[in-house]
Amino acid sequence: MSRTFVGMPKFQVGARHALADTQLRRNLAHATRTIRAKRGAVVGEVADWEELRVKGAEAKDRVLSNLDTYLVELEARLVEAGATVHWARDAAEANGIVVDLVKATGADEVVKVKSMATVEIELNQALEAAGIAAWETDLAELIVQLGDDLPSHILVPAIHRNRAEVREIFLREMGKVGRPAPEGLTDEPPRLAEAARLHLREKFLRAKVAVSGANFAIAETGTLVVVESEGNGRMCLTLPDTLISVVGIEKLLPTWDDLGVFLQLLPRSSTGERMNPYTSMWTGRTEEDGPQDVHVVLVDNGRTNVLADVVGRQALRCIRCSACLNVCPVYERVGGKAYGSVYPGPIGAVLGPQLRGRQGKLEQSLPYASTLCGACFDVCPVRIELPDLLVHLRTRVVDDHRGGLPSAEALTMRAGAFTLSRADRLEKAQNAATGVGHLLRGRASLGRVPWPLSAWSEARDVPAPPRHTFRQWWAKREGGRG
Amino acid sequence: MSAVRVALFATCFNDTMWPSTPKAVVTLLERLGCTVEFPRAQTCCGQMFTNTGYAAEAVPLVRSFVDVFGSYDAVVVPSGSCTGSVREQHAGLARRAGDPGLEAAVEAVTPKVHELSEFLVDVLGVTDVGAYFPHRVTYHPTCHSLRMIRVGDRPLRLLRAVRGIDLVDLPAAEECCGFGGTFAMKNADVSIAMGSDKARHVRETGAEVLIAGDNSCLAHIGGLLERQRAGVRTMHLAEVLAATEEDPS
Ligand code: SF4
Repeated sequence: MSRTFVGMPKFQVGARHALADTQLRRNLAHATRTIRAKRGAVVGEVADWEELRVKGAEAKDRVLSNLDTYLVELEARLVEAGATVHWARDAAEANGIVVDLVKATGADEVVKVKSMATVEIELNQALEAAGIAAWETDLAELIVQLGDDLPSHILVPAIHRNRAEVREIFLREMGKVGRPAPEGLTDEPPRLAEAARLHLREKFLRAKVAVSGANFAIAETGTLVVVESEGNGRMCLTLPDTLISVVGIEKLLPTWDDLGVFLQLLPRSSTGERMNPYTSMWTGRTEEDGPQDVHVVLVDNGRTNVLADVVGRQALRCIRCSACLNVCPVYERVGGKAYGSVYPGPIGAVLGPQLRGRQGKLEQSLPYASTLCGACFDVCPVRIELPDLLVHLRTRVVDDHRGGLPSAEALTMRAGAFTLSRADRLEKAQNAATGVGHLLRGRASLGRVPWPLSAWSEARDVPAPPRHTFRQWWAKREGGRG
Repeated sequence: MSAVRVALFATCFNDTMWPSTPKAVVTLLERLGCTVEFPRAQTCCGQMFTNTGYAAEAVPLVRSFVDVFGSYDAVVVPSGSCTGSVREQHAGLARRAGDPGLEAAVEAVTPKVHELSEFLVDVLGVTDVGAYFPHRVTYHPTCHSLRMIRVGDRPLRLLRAVRGIDLVDLPAAEECCGFGGTFAMKNADVSIAMGSDKARHVRETGAEVLIAGDNSCLAHIGGLLERQRAGVRTMHLAEVLAATEEDPS
């Protein structure tokens, strides 16, 4: 439970590690392929899918360009409805608020609804440090937590584990923190789910405090919405006396009507279901029904920095559906951990450097963790132009380094740009290449070559330069005609 | 009907490394009655610089592109990816350079820039180009052709009309091959992992020739296939379409 993403190396290091993990490769390939097919089928049923995407993007853009007024509206509605609203500039402030709120109740444990925001701010670690146990109740989060592991997918944080591994984790760990796994537990999914249910039930019934996130927060009404599949969220949101919801400030929707669009976009994009099994909505406090002490912690933690970048801000439209992960060929092969945060895949490669800044080696490497194949944009329900954002951030990374000592890459790029800026320079360079081509007497391939091209030729043969460039051929042909 | 006058943008990569591709474009377009010109001042669309983050280095190449091709009615490019770079990225680079004159020039030239299959199907209105290619082949629709400039099934329609061809579907065709420009070097391990899967799918088809509209992706997949001594060669779409019974490629 104390594992964090702090100090993760640059993407290539994590990727290399992950590529060698055969079990991980197999699990990921299977899981992403299955969910891609499911998503494709249910999205294909919706005739106006493209219009819904546009509406979703527009609603989010309205939020982002009027965030100040919508946030104040949300706060007013929440307070009217009996909730207490807290504002947190960063992770430390948010964690401090939650820890104090839990302490004030006298509780030493909380049950948790799966929430990206709380993983982002590392709330569980902060609670643990304050002597408060945080129990994850989403099945996949439970697997990650019991396995002292890191999440590797937004929706299915334990996507890197298979059934056999889950069984082993349950048998080994459940007894240490509560009701042990039933004897003779098999790795059949219904048996594993039953073990989790039995284990979690006593925690649900005992808990005085729950911590959740929110998928949506509706400014017009002050309503928070949690969309889930297992019913664990419903338990957490209704049983305890105190409910603390940690909500990123970009989770807003302007109106109740906008929610209709997103409840069509999210489940189909996310789990590949027409509708998710449980959708919980609550507006502040309801007398004698559900939690009576209701708190909402609105968290910035870098989001206003993202907002300040007029190109980059569209990343804040993200509704964390994970469709872009499932379709990403890079993610499919390396999984989530190499991205070094709770947000992996294309959206993580974009959000990481934006939320956390571009100082770290990991953050500088993330925008390059993509072939720019464009599959992510095509599935994104809110039309985030992920490839364009990746290129935008690459430009930022390069521009950050201008002025200092140029890297080998920067020198190569400069030399290349100089050569290509005029045809006569290009021709000179080409003559050198065709000179080699002549020496090779028409050999098609160079096979392996030394550094720096060895990065290419380690696994791929290098094509030999031809004996004539096209422009040499053309000049000869024109000459012959003339 | 007067002959269509076409400027060929060979692309720097094809010009230098794969001259048989632009040659094939010339053969093909002349066979279809076009007058092809090769403006010698052309160099590069700047894609590698743009996509690696070197926008400042790419801007002069945008400038040179509009200078060279601004006066033509149609520019044909045997590369989906370089077409995408011109049509989808030059405007942003011009904007970034803060040069309204350049922006206007880019806006004027980009609609006239066509990837080869687009030019054949949309501008010339042909799908049967009179080609003959009696081989078992499969086609990889490169990402930028597919999702950046959205050529759709144009290349497949052109290939289906080739006499003698045995065109088989590539499994998981729409998945990226892992080339990704400098990605192939900067993230070589992931690139190779992706390429291995693509190469495996190619081999599963039993095809003798792998066809695509981008020689850069083909160099990557072909490099893997060659290392494996797979017995599959790669060919650009233009070269297949240029081949005839009298003049096989
Ligand atoms: S970026 Fe788009 S596709 Fe990816 S998780 Fe966010 S909303 Fe979903």
